[in-house]
Amino acid sequence: MFLARVVGNVVATVKDPALTAKTILIVQPIDTDGKNSGQKMLALDSVGAGAGETVYCCRGREASFPWYPDEVPTETAIVAIVDHVQVQKA
Amino acid sequence: MLIGKVIGDVVATQKAPSHEGRKILIVQPLNIDGTARGDALLALDAVDAGVGDRVLVVTEGWSAMTAVERPFSPIDMAVVGVIDSVNLVT
Repeated sequence: MFLARVVGNVVATVKDPALTAKTILIVQPIDTDGKNSGQKMLALDSVGAGAGETVYCCRGREASFPWYPDEVPTETAIVAIVDHVQVQKA
Repeated sequence: MLIGKVIGDVVATQKAPSHEGRKILIVQPLNIDGTARGDALLALDAVDAGVGDRVLVVTEGWSAMTAVERPFSPIDMAVVGVIDSVNLVT
């Protein structure tokens, strides 16, 4: 999984029926200091996250498992809203 | 499978139910020589690892899910071992 910040959303009317009523959010991957790291991407929301929140995302086939046994065509899913990140610097 | 160092953890109240009861560790992937390799990632803990431990991380869904005994859940990385030593014979 990886940390990210929600920076927007995408609206699509014509889409796979399994995506109906699901929120597609734009996430910016971040490092443990909260700085942007890499390109923005789209992720399907499973926890009710909103813009500005820090979340963590799951990638791959596993990204559809929040909706299991429904088969949802997504490769990235938001699976938690992060309250707190604790890092011990070396 | 990666070698990594546990550098912290994440607290999340609102998350996939399958992530309840497992620590969410922040792991910095390492090269064989111990230098950092890319960005830190998040992995569920299957072996009760802690900050400062050098660990084995699986980065594929099925192995991660079975390690934490949560099949069909949105988990793509898990800490599956604590490393005692790495011996490289060249």
